[in-house]
Amino acid sequence: MTTAQTAARTTGRIGENAQRPDGTLKVTGEFAYASDLWHDDMVWGVTLRSPHPHARIRRIDVTEALTVPGVSAVLTADDVPGENAFGLEHADQPVLAAEFVRYEGEPVALVAADHPETARRAAARIRVDYEVLPALTDARRALDDDAPLVHPGGNLVRHLRLRRGAERPTAPVVVSLDFEVGMQDQAFLGPESGLAVPAEDGGVDLYVATQWLHVDQRQICLALGMPPEKVRLTLAGVGGAFGGREDLSVHVHACLLALRTGRPVKMSYGREESFHGHVHRHPATMTYEFGAECDGTLVYARAHVLLDGGAYASSTAAVVGNAGTLGLGPYRFPSVAVDAYGVFTHNPPCGAMRGFGCVQAAFAHEALMDELAAAVGVDPVEIRRRNGVQEGDRNITGQVIDSAAPVAELLQRVADLPLPPALPEQPDLRDLPGAVGNTTHGEGVRRGVGYSVTYKNVGFSEGFDDYSTARVRLQVTGGEAVATVHTAAAEVGQGLVTVQQQIARTELGVEQVVVVPADTAVGSAGSTSASRQTYVTGGAVKAACEAVRTAVLQRAAIALGRPVAGLALDGDKVVGAGGEVLAGLADVLGDDAVEETVEWRHRPTHAVDPETGQGDAHVQFAFSAHRAVVDVDTELGLVKVVALDTAQDVGKAINPDAVVGQIHGGSAQGMGLALMEEVVVTDGHVRNPSFTDYLLPTVLDVPPMRVEVLEYADPHAPYGVRGVGEPPTISSGPAVAAAVRAACGKPLRRVPIRPEHITCT
Amino acid sequence: MDFLQPSSWDEALAVRAERPDALPIAGGTDVMVELNFDRRRPGALLDLTRVGELQEWSIDDGTVRLGAGVPYGRVITELGDRLPGLAMAARTVGSPQIRVRGTVGGNLGSASPAGDAHPPLLAAGAEVEVASAARGTRRIPVAEFFTGVKRNALEPDELIAAVHVRTARGPQQFCKVGTRNAMVIAVSAFALALHPDRQAVGTGIGSAAPTPRRAAEAEEFLAGELDWAGRAALPESLAQAFGERVAAAAAPIDDVRGTAAYRRHSLAVLARRAATWAWDDLRRAA
Repeated sequence: MTTAQTAARTTGRIGENAQRPDGTLKVTGEFAYASDLWHDDMVWGVTLRSPHPHARIRRIDVTEALTVPGVSAVLTADDVPGENAFGLEHADQPVLAAEFVRYEGEPVALVAADHPETARRAAARIRVDYEVLPALTDARRALDDDAPLVHPGGNLVRHLRLRRGAERPTAPVVVSLDFEVGMQDQAFLGPESGLAVPAEDGGVDLYVATQWLHVDQRQICLALGMPPEKVRLTLAGVGGAFGGREDLSVHVHACLLALRTGRPVKMSYGREESFHGHVHRHPATMTYEFGAECDGTLVYARAHVLLDGGAYASSTAAVVGNAGTLGLGPYRFPSVAVDAYGVFTHNPPCGAMRGFGCVQAAFAHEALMDELAAAVGVDPVEIRRRNGVQEGDRNITGQVIDSAAPVAELLQRVADLPLPPALPEQPDLRDLPGAVGNTTHGEGVRRGVGYSVTYKNVGFSEGFDDYSTARVRLQVTGGEAVATVHTAAAEVGQGLVTVQQQIARTELGVEQVVVVPADTAVGSAGSTSASRQTYVTGGAVKAACEAVRTAVLQRAAIALGRPVAGLALDGDKVVGAGGEVLAGLADVLGDDAVEETVEWRHRPTHAVDPETGQGDAHVQFAFSAHRAVVDVDTELGLVKVVALDTAQDVGKAINPDAVVGQIHGGSAQGMGLALMEEVVVTDGHVRNPSFTDYLLPTVLDVPPMRVEVLEYADPHAPYGVRGVGEPPTISSGPAVAAAVRAACGKPLRRVPIRPEHITCT
Repeated sequence: MDFLQPSSWDEALAVRAERPDALPIAGGTDVMVELNFDRRRPGALLDLTRVGELQEWSIDDGTVRLGAGVPYGRVITELGDRLPGLAMAARTVGSPQIRVRGTVGGNLGSASPAGDAHPPLLAAGAEVEVASAARGTRRIPVAEFFTGVKRNALEPDELIAAVHVRTARGPQQFCKVGTRNAMVIAVSAFALALHPDRQAVGTGIGSAAPTPRRAAEAEEFLAGELDWAGRAALPESLAQAFGERVAAAAAPIDDVRGTAAYRRHSLAVLARRAATWAWDDLRRAA
């Protein structure tokens, strides 16, 4: 009798803390980011931008710039060969401004030179004759009859009207508020960068840090007047994105210069230019009213949300869609009237940023839930638990929430976590508001606790054809089985490359998985946004792996003379039902490679009704709750966040460490908006385009966090996954704001909360 | 742009005299920002990091002579006991990396109204030692050194050699308000030094006027009211009145970092608290 050898189980599968392939390189500073791109023969491109929020361009004189030694090209709108327009949803934004500039920082001309400094000096010699025009910089005026028009079609980008239940509901308890959210920046650490290389076929190869290669390609082709096969994109190392790389930046510009000069062209923004070079989070002005029974049970909501879209449409319409359809939070409302507007102004364009419309609304609905709690005399956790949606409920668009909706449990979990200890008699300065600024030794310091629970759609909504493509190949090289995964999905730091490896290891039972660089040689993966890639590209990789596995097992079945059923892949071997090794992959595959390409879609979503906003707009919802504990120096208005604890349902944690990392980062980003992060815009001018004055939380601002990860599988999603990246950004800020309100007793109806708001000076 | 690298103090002064267009650079924590943002294009950079004399400090007759090139990190570790106010301010400068590079001399050279070193130097009554090849050395009281927004009393051929600060004879405090808890430019700052040996009070205000400045009237008021002999507890009302006088000495503006009203308000709070802490320290030391 012989004992069958059992295959060693493949490690690094889903559910394990697999190591990132790019982790060590990033920590040791060796990872090549887009700003490290280099070509021996390259020249540098720079952009001349508008100093005015609104002006007519009478004339551009580039003569003097062309005389600067080392300059190889100076381009203006006249040099755009295709359509001088791009845009994610509407192609309304010129590649280079032609007749008008509509925001400060709009690109007007390009220079290529042998050194970036030379190019900058030459750009300074371009003479642009502007006729400065009145600028519309107050979004609240955008829809007035006498407001200056940003575009000929009017200043409305989208109005989402949502009506449900009774037309004129009444309730015994009514609370209301106005709320304002300032403009947040994605503040990714790696500014916009790319390298365009002219190709022998007359086309161009572009290496660029981005979030969605194929939507870039489509827009570049339009502007260059070239077919997609001539415009090939490869993802360069991305240093963070958070939505700020959904719109084009250097893409068309670098290609134009490369095609004109016949040389590789590198473009790389500095930090100041980066602030002008990408869209920001929409500032919001909101009015909310909730009606409730005396016990706090919600009866109705009315909400008016105004988002300042800035000068071009970008993704404003979709952000309005989220702010409208999800803008009342994860609560049951029998009757609802919501009007969400996105408008054009001459402010910097706003578009995608982590949380996408839900972030702004959450500050308003969560502040109002606290008001309601106070009005009916219950605590903030109880008011939310009492009204929170559950699986099977309909949300405000009438859509049934058909997987876990653990609002009450998430709240209970954060509420049950131990509270941080009170400050000791003689605290370390670093534990106090103001820290080593030595502004208090405990005087004026009061503690506050705040709660928040929010939800967010995962994936693209409202009928968008949201899919991803994966190509998976399995072969034996040098005696070792290797799976190769090829997608166009952008790794922006979130860990998708690791997830792809884990899925391939799980499905194919091989240890070695190579994720090749993302490029346009394979079909679209959709955007790395909307918390969707683990779900959608993960789903595509899983499906492609399953197709490969089926093909391999069919070969094995024939070779082994056994039925396919009962065969599996594990530990680089074909195994039987008991895990016993039946054949090595090399025996089955020989020198052949098995390759499959799959285009994978999640369940379809649907447009909402234009009159009522009703419809199954979203494919999945992700829920999170936060509890913030803050110490506020009430005399100076300084805040120290003492604890920021959270619970989030992730469906299935493919890589638990990475999930917790996402939740840490998202929580810090939401906290940043609550307390300090704001692009200050006055009369259309950005006043703080630097990290000196655009403040991001430091290690002394972000507390250690307790993270409770729940895994209630979504039966409709691959492995049950639920998007992870955005929810913590949405619920953390409102919890921090609530904690500050609790500490100082001020209403604080604007974020970021500034010290003078707390001190009322 | 030329890069000039003298290796001795005499050579540095000679180069300075020849090249009035050269911008001195030590840690580079201000200069490099200006260059990177293209706000400044000097004809040359005069690198002072190889001038050994600037990297030293010494004590003579109860006064520290702090070389202009001594970085903040060393002020904290080597002079924290003798110059506590300056060390507290140094601790609030940027990040650890910045504190290793940035120097008090560079702070004086930039003469920003928000320079963290300035308020404690004002409160301590420091003197800035400057020198030129042609006229040798002179000393400028720090209160006269700041002549306008980012302007100082240096002649075009002069360099900052050192700053002279009396070692602390009494408690010192430095407080700085920023909108985050580290790595932040002051929205307002206040330094206080008690000089029990001569029953005097020193103050310095930062980020709340075109230049760093003293609150002279508040100093005299507090010095006159304090119970120097009996060391009785500081009445809350006195601390409050002192705070109001400090706030009145400021001439703040609204800008992207804060409002004038908040700057004034915060100075009143900081001055009140600092006076209380310092006086309590003095009482405890008695």
